[in-house]
Amino acid sequence: MAELTYLQAISDGLRTEMRRDKRVFVIGEDVGVYGGAFKVTLGFQEEFGHWRVLDAPLAETAIVGACTGAAIMGMRPVAEMQFADFISCAWDHLVTVAAKQRYRAGTPVPITVRLPSGGGFSGGPFHSQNPESSFAHIPGLKCVCPATPEDAKGLLISAIEDPNPVLYFEHKHLYRRIKAEVPEERYTVPIGKARTHREGDDLSVITWGAMVYTADEAAQQLDSDGVSVEVIDLRTVMPWDKQAVLASVRKTSKALVLHEDTRTGGFGAEIAATIAEEAFEDMDAPVKRIAAPDTPVPFSPPLEKAFIPQVDDVVAGLRELAEY
Amino acid sequence: MAIAREAEPVGSLKEVREAGLDREDLLGVYRSMVMTRGIEERGHILYRQGKIPGSFYTGRGNEGAAVGVATAMGPDDVGTPLHRDMGVHVVRGVEPWRIFAQYMGRADGPTHGRDGNVHMADSKLGLIAMVSHLPAMLPVAVGCALAFRIREEKRVAVGWFGEGASARGDCHEAMTLAGVRKLPMVFVCDNNQWAYSTPTHLEFATEHVADRAESYGFEGVVVDGTDVLAVYREARRAIEKARAGGGPTLIESLTLRMEGHAVHDDAFYVPKEMFERWAENDPLERFRTWLRENADMSDEEEDEIGAGVKKALNDALKRAEESPLPDVSSLTEGVYATPEDLDTPHHK
Repeated sequence: MAELTYLQAISDGLRTEMRRDKRVFVIGEDVGVYGGAFKVTLGFQEEFGHWRVLDAPLAETAIVGACTGAAIMGMRPVAEMQFADFISCAWDHLVTVAAKQRYRAGTPVPITVRLPSGGGFSGGPFHSQNPESSFAHIPGLKCVCPATPEDAKGLLISAIEDPNPVLYFEHKHLYRRIKAEVPEERYTVPIGKARTHREGDDLSVITWGAMVYTADEAAQQLDSDGVSVEVIDLRTVMPWDKQAVLASVRKTSKALVLHEDTRTGGFGAEIAATIAEEAFEDMDAPVKRIAAPDTPVPFSPPLEKAFIPQVDDVVAGLRELAEY
Repeated sequence: MAIAREAEPVGSLKEVREAGLDREDLLGVYRSMVMTRGIEERGHILYRQGKIPGSFYTGRGNEGAAVGVATAMGPDDVGTPLHRDMGVHVVRGVEPWRIFAQYMGRADGPTHGRDGNVHMADSKLGLIAMVSHLPAMLPVAVGCALAFRIREEKRVAVGWFGEGASARGDCHEAMTLAGVRKLPMVFVCDNNQWAYSTPTHLEFATEHVADRAESYGFEGVVVDGTDVLAVYREARRAIEKARAGGGPTLIESLTLRMEGHAVHDDAFYVPKEMFERWAENDPLERFRTWLRENADMSDEEEDEIGAGVKKALNDALKRAEESPLPDVSSLTEGVYATPEDLDTPHHK
């Protein structure tokens, strides 16, 4: 085991697959000589050559479309969007071509698209978004959102190995802030399996990505009130681990769904609706949602802080639920 | 002022032989064109009989262009033909009964009723099924070429688009990527002069779509799309150049869409004289005449091809009509691929 940052774990996962499987290649803007805007692929071009680590023109449509074609020809492409926000330029290729190809034409499209997402450092409206719910709504796509270094590596390997288009949301705010022991050997983390980040009996928080840590800090504060909070890290949003969520809320009877994406139509709405549909009789309080307000992500620090759910917001929400 | 090269028509049998086709091949090309038109004419009848749900599209006038390019492709080359390119499916060997089954939404169509009309392809024949967002298939074709380049295989990808589709960003991005990486790629623009009801002068401001090629760093060629042999010769040159590492080519094949955008459209906006003028250059009639004058195609040979196609189509229709409608219980199956789906020659 080595201690790796979340970012190093992503690199490690990608390098592991590229060494193991010659079909894997990386394409994106500035991923070669520069090593990627966040340095995930630093040193990759030296090791794997410039035909497996391709600097692409500033053309997200071509990047994702070409990944689809290469995947159909038997490759295992990994595209890097410089920021998750730019995936809007490749929407058509994920949603129109890649997502529907298996269902309508029987052709699998095994591609992975890495999406550096999330805010917290004044990235502004175009470098901070969390667009996972938009894609989770599209049949044929999978969406994974690791929160820990161990999952970052294991889920990336699973994404590359998966025979479907997988969107891999890597939270930028975790890149260098989160560090943990990561197995050195190759391993996978199953897509569709949640993880209990913290066990508790009185309340459940269902969340993913950077919000796992926000929820954990809030849970620690509730602990001193004598309220025991369980934190479920969903890990993958599509498919999502309905059974794990239902088991947790049936145990605690109170649920708070937390995400950094905006509120209306966010993936939390799907989770809340499912709890209401399938665990209504087990609940002692209405499902509570905490999410960003329905605005673009603002730039200025006080505005952004007010936009992204903070530990205090979650503490207040949990106390409200505890008292219900 | 045109920048692209304007291809000469093909003259003699000798010239055709030099381009790689013997007499037998030529009769095969003619048969494919007759078959292509026959499939679409029969489809039209099926539509009028109320047997085709949704809409119906044909490529009348484009048979030579589609067959010409497909004939120039190698067995391991791949392509992304669109809705005017039925001839590509025919040349690559798709069975006509499966096309009729596709038209009628039957279980035995290539998409098993999950998609309609020409939104189909048999990946085993090296074709990838189109989507309605037409130029979206160009980056996909470029990705195939990229895979060939990474693996250093001597294979070529062919991507089709219309002059209407040339307006979209996908087209620009695909040509940019193919150009900078000198990928083994051939872009084929079926310029049939009408994007639904919009004429070319409202679609692009250059004289030819192929004039753009130079700005992407490769050659552009304009060819008369009603001349199957000229299309074949230019496609073959471009494909072999790509195979040899010479990078992409953009071939613009000029035709007229001889019917409406789809079956509901009577194309009232196309001047009558334009239809009359282009009808004189019908690709089938033009090639039939050429074969009789230059390759001594006999009455017997011509009749045999016509009768053979007619019988094949009758049999195909019968078999397609026997194909069941899809089982509704299969509705939610296969949205996601399983590892077993990757057990194909492409994924070894």
